[in-house]
Amino acid sequence: MQIKVRLFATLREGRGKELIMDLEPGLNPQLVIDLLKIKRDEVAILLVNGMDGKFDQQLIDGDTVSIFPPVGGG
Amino acid sequence: MHGYRGKILRINLSDKTWKLEKLDHTEALKYIGGRGFGSKIMFDEVDPNIDAFDPANKVIIATGPMTGTPTPAGGRYMVVTKSPLTGTIASSNSGGYWGAEMKFAGYDMIILEGKSEKPVSIFIEDDKIEFRDAGHLWGKTTIETTNELMKEAPEKAKVLCIGPAGENLSKIAAVMNDLNRAAGRSGVGAVVGSKNLKAIVIKGSSKPTVADPDALKDVVKRGRAQIKENGVTGAGLPTYGTNVLVNIINEQGVFPTRNFQETYFDKAEEVSGETMSEQFLLKRESCFACPIACGRYTKADDIETGGPEYESVWAFSAACGVSDMKSAIKANFWANEMGLDTISAGVTVATAMELYEKGIIKDDELDGLGLKFGDGDSMVEWVKKLGRRDGELASKMAEGSYRLADAYGHPDLSMTVKKQELPAYDPRGIKGQGLQYATSNRGGCHVRGYLISPEILGLPEKLDRLEIKGKPGWVKIFQDLTAFIDSCGMCLFTSFALNADDYAEMFSAVTGEKHTAEDILKAGDRIWNLERIWNLKAGIDPSQDKLPKRLMEEPIPSGPSKGHLPRLPEMLPLYYQERGWDENGIPTPEKLKELGVPS
Ligand code: SF4
Repeated sequence: MQIKVRLFATLREGRGKELIMDLEPGLNPQLVIDLLKIKRDEVAILLVNGMDGKFDQQLIDGDTVSIFPPVGGG
Repeated sequence: MHGYRGKILRINLSDKTWKLEKLDHTEALKYIGGRGFGSKIMFDEVDPNIDAFDPANKVIIATGPMTGTPTPAGGRYMVVTKSPLTGTIASSNSGGYWGAEMKFAGYDMIILEGKSEKPVSIFIEDDKIEFRDAGHLWGKTTIETTNELMKEAPEKAKVLCIGPAGENLSKIAAVMNDLNRAAGRSGVGAVVGSKNLKAIVIKGSSKPTVADPDALKDVVKRGRAQIKENGVTGAGLPTYGTNVLVNIINEQGVFPTRNFQETYFDKAEEVSGETMSEQFLLKRESCFACPIACGRYTKADDIETGGPEYESVWAFSAACGVSDMKSAIKANFWANEMGLDTISAGVTVATAMELYEKGIIKDDELDGLGLKFGDGDSMVEWVKKLGRRDGELASKMAEGSYRLADAYGHPDLSMTVKKQELPAYDPRGIKGQGLQYATSNRGGCHVRGYLISPEILGLPEKLDRLEIKGKPGWVKIFQDLTAFIDSCGMCLFTSFALNADDYAEMFSAVTGEKHTAEDILKAGDRIWNLERIWNLKAGIDPSQDKLPKRLMEEPIPSGPSKGHLPRLPEMLPLYYQERGWDENGIPTPEKLKELGVPS
């Protein structure tokens, strides 16, 4: 399956803004961050298709995963 | 008396006299200072029913006990008055260095009364007060005014002023200080303009004392460490500024676009905090004693400016459908120069754009400019024209979004609460924030209770933004804690890292009056109720605790939050209950008695 990963702020460094990943079906966001060498505590906001996501939720083909480090308010 | 300076400077602009008054310590402790104590003076001295531009309206410039002390980001002051925009009590908060300087000059509060016959500036150097003619400054922008005044001011003095928008009584005019910091909201700049007061230049030479310097040192050290370790205040805000929110809010489909017609902006990346840092940022800026330094200083073509912050970028980009950062930076610059509230100015131009899109505003009203969504160059020009009331349409815009839309018979196209423009989070997809907007004592506003913190950023804990369970209680606590923070003189952004216990400890060390977290939340509750009573007396009844028709009735049309509506009717009665008000939203006599609030 193909999923889109969108990275923001400091997580872009050395990784880019947007990646298309070809993954085995049934994988979850935890695996995505492992593959990208992002530590769990670097992730402040995890979204799957714009909604609050869980690290162990099963992804399906076409999902968009957005990952933010701790960032600001205003 | 520690923290406080113990003095109020009362200035009568009609006869150019002034007098010193002793600060009532008991009252000050009850209402803390800043927003709270300023509101109490309004309560005691100003008829809520007068016109905001009546010389009997007063402008209260108020610091808090922490202003000018070593507490983190303790440099804030507030401008409290009756708002010409909303008719409610207005209290607009500003950072920079002016507030701390006022404390160093020896004053907790400056009360401005009456109306000068001619434009005037006030020069204050400790206990020396002087009125000077400001005829030559009338019409000048913020930078021109500040530079001109600094020629005749003592070295390192700080300048607070209004721009042309305040002079022209634009109901969305701000009070500016230190060139680009703004007490922005609710039209406070227009009330200053109505008094023919152009500026206050201030210089002080002594610091407020603190009751327990050792205890303060400890708690400040700990607080600063918490701020540094916290991801938001220690890394996110310093690195990217507030504008890092653009992508966060847009990704969740709650980024109001084209006057709230949509909530996902496909060009968000171009105006994001990441793009700003890469391409437009010259340096970071900080306010007095602030370890966070969220301020930006940016450049677009030949314009350099303080900011823009997230709300301003949004107002001058997505809200107007504009996708280039250069236009947003330029519009922000001109809003500062004109002395305009950026949120209200951007949303008002966006309203005009929708009126034009719908054929309600006609081509022959445009003075040769464009007014289409997405036209950044014209947006910048409208901001300039609006500040000067240059032309008939610009003059209508200077009245704010509600009065503009109403003048064309379409008030429902104005995205306002209590006639004040909404900021950069769509309440349909962030339920607690929606309730907060509807119940805010100064109309559409995010910083009366920043529910974005738990609902989006997960601080202090993550709440589901689409759920309503428990939200009325959260809204109350956020509103009460914010009322305390605004009143004590610290920056609200410290609350990402500090909690009520931390503030209580700092307050106790500064003032020597032992306060617990419970005490400071109760003070916040008291301030909230006082503001509510003032508003009720001013005729702002609970039927105005609502959101614009579009946001109540039209579900989010597309994107991740598609289909959502605010669910306000379910939450409002529970919120009234949480507050101890009756089912109509009126504070009960018992509640007021418990808090010691006069009715
Ligand atoms: S956090 Fe930002 S706005 Fe607040 S005091 Fe610091 S620099 Fe100023």
